[in-house]
Amino acid sequence: MTKVTMTINGKEVSGDVEGRTLLSSFLREDLRMTGTHIGCDTSQCGACTVHVNGKTVKSCTMFAAEAEGAQVSTIEGQANADGSLNVIQQAFQDHHGLQCGFCTPGMVMTTAALLKINPKPSEQEVREHLEGNICRCTGYHNIVKAILAASGQDVSTIAAE
Amino acid sequence: MYAFDIERPATVADAVAALSNEDAQALGGGQTLIPTLKARLASPEKLISLSGISEMQGMSSEGGALRIGGGTIHATVATEAAAIYPALAALASHIGDPAVRNRGTIGGSIANNDPAACYPAAALASGATIVTNSREIAADDYFQGMFTTALDEGEIVTAVSFPIPEKAHYEKFVQPASRFALVGVYVAKFADVVRVAVTGASNEGVHRWTAAEEALSANFSADALADLTVSADDLINDLHGSAEYRAHLVKVMTGRAVSKAK
Repeated sequence: MTKVTMTINGKEVSGDVEGRTLLSSFLREDLRMTGTHIGCDTSQCGACTVHVNGKTVKSCTMFAAEAEGAQVSTIEGQANADGSLNVIQQAFQDHHGLQCGFCTPGMVMTTAALLKINPKPSEQEVREHLEGNICRCTGYHNIVKAILAASGQDVSTIAAE
Repeated sequence: MYAFDIERPATVADAVAALSNEDAQALGGGQTLIPTLKARLASPEKLISLSGISEMQGMSSEGGALRIGGGTIHATVATEAAAIYPALAALASHIGDPAVRNRGTIGGSIANNDPAACYPAAALASGATIVTNSREIAADDYFQGMFTTALDEGEIVTAVSFPIPEKAHYEKFVQPASRFALVGVYVAKFADVVRVAVTGASNEGVHRWTAAEEALSANFSADALADLTVSADDLINDLHGSAEYRAHLVKVMTGRAVSKAK
């Protein structure tokens, strides 16, 4: 076992991990932060997406030991300070960007990273950026709409599907 | 996964020393190795993470070539190489998906030599030099077949140096589930020669299409390919596409790459 220390959502945390402990397992099983979901465990689906030093990574395909000293952000840190939903989360709710909700933590984290580098993405850019996030319910249409709305763009002309 | 320890050396020298243990294995970004470990297809006692080695990060231009540290992630190449070698930056910006590009490294891709990976095509078509901890290897000598390279046991790709062509383009026909290339063709036009490298198509891994190189060296236009045919012999034949289909795609992708080269 090796001791790792990282900052998660602004709070420093430490834990003892095996070499093979994935960041996703460290979050979910050791820290009981179960907002980060494991969909496929093969780095296809993106439900486990978190930010490490500001960049999206699939936490099921990174070892916890590799996050030593890193700044990690997860879905648990996304809401506003008063507990209300942030702009992205609210947009997903308003535009029905989820059905079962399983992929949503990864979708929200991927969206947050996109809007940081590209505050007003086109629909095409949104779709390309979501290549690594799979949703089996919605057909993506309302997810894309929610992301465009979260970026402050007018989505009133985009028909619901 | 079987159990293993992870070491995170800070220098290439320390990593090389750690890899002298024959049961140790280098870990780049892990985007291929971690799924492999999960499937229990590998059982190293120790992983030597290369991600903390600062001398393997970043890129620099030197004498008409772009040198990229082996630990540089695809996302960095996609943005920082755009002004110097746009075709290579464009290739990097379409590997996997955004999260994969934030972990996967050029050194890892080149060392693994997946038969459908993108970077090997760029390295071979550009006539790149693979720089390791102990030597420099020409791309023509480096890629030796599917998942096979000139690397010795424990040898690390510390950098890849790309001569910058006059024009180049990488055209990838994406296998939609994996986002690897079903067939990808990288065309690089230099002052005196054109080089064409094909990935995704062959059981032998990345390879040059020399007949196209000769035709394009005489006339750099998609029309120059009109009379050429690609043999389906020894091409990959799987549920995603037959060998004949891949042979067809090689020619089509090459033509598109030539037309889009800039």
